[in-house]
Amino acid sequence: MYKWVLIGVLALALTGTAIWGVNERREKNDIQMQAENNYQRSFHELTYRMDTLHDKIGGTLAMNSRDSLSPQLAEIWRLSSEAHTDVGQLPLALLPFEKTEKFLTNIGDFTYKTAVRDLDKEPLSEEEMQRLEKLHDQAGQIKNELRNVQNTVLGNNLHWTDVELALSDDENDHSDNTIISSFQSVEDTTGGFSEEKNFNNGALPSSNEEHKFEGVTGERINQKQAKKIAANAFNLNTITGIEGGKSGKGSDVPLYSLSYQKDGESGYADVSQKGGHILTLMMQREREEPKLGLHDAQQKAEEFLKKQKLSNMEMVQSSQYDSVGIFFFVPVQDDVRIYADIVQVKVALDNGDILGLNSRDYFMNHHERQLEKPKLTEKEATENLNQNVTVQETHLALIENDTHEETLVYEIMGTRNNDTYRIYVNANTGKEEEIEKQTTTEARFLQTT
Amino acid sequence: MRQRQIRLYKWICAGFILFSVVAVSPLETNAFSDQVIQHGATGDDVVELQARLQYAGFYNGKIDGVFGWGTYWALRNFQYEFGMEIDGVAGQQAKDKLAANTKYDKAFVMQQIQEGNTFTYYGGTPQEQQVKKRGNGGSGGGGSDNEKAPNTSAVNVPNGYSQNDIKLIANAVNGEARGEPYVGKVAVAAVILNRVEDPSFPNTISGVIFEPRAFTAVADGQIWLTPDESAKQAVLDAINGWDPSGGAIYYFNPNTATSPWIWSRQQIKTIGEHIFCM
Repeated sequence: MYKWVLIGVLALALTGTAIWGVNERREKNDIQMQAENNYQRSFHELTYRMDTLHDKIGGTLAMNSRDSLSPQLAEIWRLSSEAHTDVGQLPLALLPFEKTEKFLTNIGDFTYKTAVRDLDKEPLSEEEMQRLEKLHDQAGQIKNELRNVQNTVLGNNLHWTDVELALSDDENDHSDNTIISSFQSVEDTTGGFSEEKNFNNGALPSSNEEHKFEGVTGERINQKQAKKIAANAFNLNTITGIEGGKSGKGSDVPLYSLSYQKDGESGYADVSQKGGHILTLMMQREREEPKLGLHDAQQKAEEFLKKQKLSNMEMVQSSQYDSVGIFFFVPVQDDVRIYADIVQVKVALDNGDILGLNSRDYFMNHHERQLEKPKLTEKEATENLNQNVTVQETHLALIENDTHEETLVYEIMGTRNNDTYRIYVNANTGKEEEIEKQTTTEARFLQTT
Repeated sequence: MRQRQIRLYKWICAGFILFSVVAVSPLETNAFSDQVIQHGATGDDVVELQARLQYAGFYNGKIDGVFGWGTYWALRNFQYEFGMEIDGVAGQQAKDKLAANTKYDKAFVMQQIQEGNTFTYYGGTPQEQQVKKRGNGGSGGGGSDNEKAPNTSAVNVPNGYSQNDIKLIANAVNGEARGEPYVGKVAVAAVILNRVEDPSFPNTISGVIFEPRAFTAVADGQIWLTPDESAKQAVLDAINGWDPSGGAIYYFNPNTATSPWIWSRQQIKTIGEHIFCM
């Protein structure tokens, strides 16, 4: 009797576990299938869009009338951006798949620039047509490769979730996974042309090319000198306790990195090996309630900049974040604000200590510039603005326009109803280079926790 | 021409209000602290500044305790109308003029802010008519811990990033670099922002963070741990321009890195446990 009860209970438990297990497994499969389907959708969309992209570029090349050229270019731009999003959703991040993404960015930049241009006044040049021709070839190659991968994926019923598994394996050889190896071959094809000189030309200049660090001048210093400079900035009397290191090959400018840590306080500084300029300074500690206003803090920041031999700087933005104030300064040359050389300073509002300096941009871009007189007067520049915008303030400024050239502009602060806009009007042509609505504040969300 | 008309109109308005205020109430003393209030400031003084500017009809925005552009233009108009130097900075003279010419009911204004009500503070209109209580309120007011209620109803956000964007990046930074020194957290946040700009990566913050296999903390769910305060501050610094990574778009922990490919990248520097590279 007792035995049978036990058997009954055990049998019940076993059935229960089995049912639970089956359910569990089904749920897991469902979730995995969902993830797999997301990957599949991104991948098939990518191939479809590359295909359409190729056709559209081909269409552009054959097109005669300029009227339809601009919409066509805009369409290519849209497709390339969507294809870029698709790539970003595939589990390829640690694969060297960046050349294909770069290709998409490049074609996007090229078509955007040409699509927004008035092609009646300035039609596509011979050079641009050649470039488009080349992009067409490249798109074709990528398309073919992708279609091949797609064929294998569909034919062999391959799963993207397996790619994930294969990639998370420690083995360095992924060649047994068909998807990975086919994508590598796509990348190899792309690799063949991405290094070509005029391919990268004119598109988005990768940041390294313009980072010349012309502002970094002076004698080479050794690590001990760098530590002294850092100690001074950290407000320490001694260099003991400061650890130092040198930057590696990938650094765009040779640096010493100095850091220290003491009773809940930490400091970090990047000092250029040439000239001993501080490019980055960061201090972190517990802070008390703010006692200083932004205005006083700004004076501390200005004094500090003078000590760092950054002169002729104008404060263009100040913001308080709880117990710190952050100030943006730009150098002013001939009454022109040079926005490329922007410097940020962070000041503690409890005692006025300098907590941070960022002058990377300054030293990267700063040089004496030849500034020409603007062709338009301030009044002429503001005349063509939207009727509903009330002009409040105007400055001359040097900015990078959307084709990354330094452009002399009138920086106009204007209001429309309760909104404030920063409008950049080209000081020579009167073209509106850029309009930014100023959102510097946001309502605090009431915590729901 | 039109502008001049508006100015004239404002003048008359201001004059009228000014007259009525002076006539009705005795001068208020001990307004504002010593602080010179300028663009970007937050806190009690800013609340008072906005309330007083609104009382006199110069400021139509929300009284939220953050000195934004709206407050700036209102203050400049005030300075213009009262013949002061127009610099958009509330120094002693401007504060005195405001205190002398407007009323400020601190208890009322602070109560509205702390209760999260929608309200205005125009002079000459009864206070009760200017308040709209927050919908189904009550429960939210208490707050879960003993933190004091905020004295502002808004915050500064850098470059148009929402508090939620900041929180999302802070989550990622916290998951990826919890044990790292502060500067290491800033560097990780900077890498996320560098990737948004980089042509080889998605163009949005969420695209970069949730790119499959890009961050281990996203893959294993550590991103959903509650970030500490330092992660948020690190993100704020990175958004404001600091980049101790030196423009890096990759980083890895040499002790746990599984992909041999990552070693082929050009290294920039080491911060804490992470090697940052191009």
